[in-house]
Amino acid sequence: MVTAPIASLAQGLAGRRLSSVELTTALLDRVAALGAPLNAFLALDRERALAQARAADARLAAGDATPLTGIPVAHKDVLMTAGWKTTCGSRMLKDFVAPYSAFVVERLADAGMVLIGKTNMDEFAMGSSSESSYFGPVRNPWHLDYVPGGSSGGSAAAVAARLVPAATGTDTGGSIRQPAALSGVCGLKPTYGVCSRYGLIAFASSLDTPGPFAQTAVDCALLLNAMAGHDSRDSTSLDRPPEDYSRLLRPGAGAKPLTNLRIGLPREYNAAGIDADVAAAVDAALAEFRSLGATTVDVALPNLDLSVPVYYVIAPAEASSNLARFDGVRYGHRAAKYDGLADMYQKTRAEGFGAEVKRRILVGTYVLSHGYYDAYYLKAQQVRRLIADDFQRAYRECDVIMGPTTPTAAFRLGAKSDDPVQMYLNDIFTVAANLTGAPAISIPCGFDRNNLPIGLQIQGNHFAEALILNTAHRFQQATDWHTREPATMALESAR
Amino acid sequence: MALSSDDVLRLAHLARIEITPAEGAEVRQKLDRIFELIGRLRAIDTHGVVPMAHAQEVTLPLREDVVTENDQHDLYQVLAPAVAHGLYLVPRVLE
Repeated sequence: MVTAPIASLAQGLAGRRLSSVELTTALLDRVAALGAPLNAFLALDRERALAQARAADARLAAGDATPLTGIPVAHKDVLMTAGWKTTCGSRMLKDFVAPYSAFVVERLADAGMVLIGKTNMDEFAMGSSSESSYFGPVRNPWHLDYVPGGSSGGSAAAVAARLVPAATGTDTGGSIRQPAALSGVCGLKPTYGVCSRYGLIAFASSLDTPGPFAQTAVDCALLLNAMAGHDSRDSTSLDRPPEDYSRLLRPGAGAKPLTNLRIGLPREYNAAGIDADVAAAVDAALAEFRSLGATTVDVALPNLDLSVPVYYVIAPAEASSNLARFDGVRYGHRAAKYDGLADMYQKTRAEGFGAEVKRRILVGTYVLSHGYYDAYYLKAQQVRRLIADDFQRAYRECDVIMGPTTPTAAFRLGAKSDDPVQMYLNDIFTVAANLTGAPAISIPCGFDRNNLPIGLQIQGNHFAEALILNTAHRFQQATDWHTREPATMALESAR
Repeated sequence: MALSSDDVLRLAHLARIEITPAEGAEVRQKLDRIFELIGRLRAIDTHGVVPMAHAQEVTLPLREDVVTENDQHDLYQVLAPAVAHGLYLVPRVLE
């Protein structure tokens, strides 16, 4: 029961068949029994969690509950969480205790969710494997020799192993969707501006997007309902009327619930080196969508192959600016020995940042420097426009765009550590949604020859969250990929 | 393009990150791979294309010019590596 999706747990809580204290205790025990080999959590707090669970039970008893009241959650460690260590997976913030909470953290707390811990991640959210954390790599619950994806790998692994029914992540180039795919869970990147970035420790401000992980599309909609909203503390937060992202998910709708849905299939995906098992799983999913009434149309995204180079100019440029704040003066690590102020900055940053973060800061510094700005940064912003225009043309012919979330299923730990560009090419299908700002979800759609999960990405135009959630939901009503759980024996024996 | 050792040291200086000579060669080799990837953009014809700085075409909001922050000096200074008398301490820069 405690490993069920949020919607089932909420029914149990509402019907008083289960209390939040019982649920929270059971999941904390499960984390204690199974969590260690995954290294998914950087902080756990049993006492604080149980205090929140008791408060949630009181709210449930008083009839003052939301659909999320009493449900345990874990937050990616890039999200400021008042009174909790918030490290970004970095030595730089190893001992940093957040003085306030991120907007999405506040919103989920206000809804009555019970925070059980903070999740491990690639350092400063820069990575696609969750191997670059200062606190050691996260491991994939389906096979401990494989990566869970990244950068929100701890959140994805924790939901996949059913240690927690919900977790938050952030997606700058695929950091929710890619680990969701590689770990076999659902991960939603909302439209840029729908969820406030307040308290999200910035990586690339024009791309960073908070979003949820859960077992089902229904659960993602429940979480997004609570996470979305206007916030004057983020100047890019959109002031829109509140939206019920669950509104299309009602039961019924007949045997062909997707009859009016046009699915766009980008021709360019065929040239992107997709693994045969991944291609077969996605083809089978598309056949399922056709049987649900949807039609498929070929669409063109001619600049798709430029999205990775554009991303790896814009994101490092913004990162080099955002991470300038870590200088050993106001917070975070300061080198123990230095000779003067300039040396203090240089040694503090050399010691505090890991190799990938340093590389991206150096790349960003270069593309913003005198004489190279026009050739790289301005050029990347122009190609970003070309890519966004391609998507707008495609959405004249279709309602959603589908394909694999990643070209392959999970890879072995260490397999791509020596070549940053091989790691970056994991992002080929995910970065475009960050460049355009549009929403996208990854849902499980099969397994490869190593029994590792495969993710299907459903992209929509700006503010199409309800549509893509409904599209995912109808697939999940007709299939059971999202209900598959990794065997816990490996986790037990690895303790 | 390929970076020289001097290029790497210049970047490291601009970024205020110390890179030792021992690290320099590996950093340079990995940066070269990244510049090979992003260098592809230079060949793309973008004549007349308006740069896209942001995912949403919105103007930044304005608010009344009034103080909205509370004084949280003590809360934030707890986090600093070195403070005294309410001030952040850094190495001396003037003799």
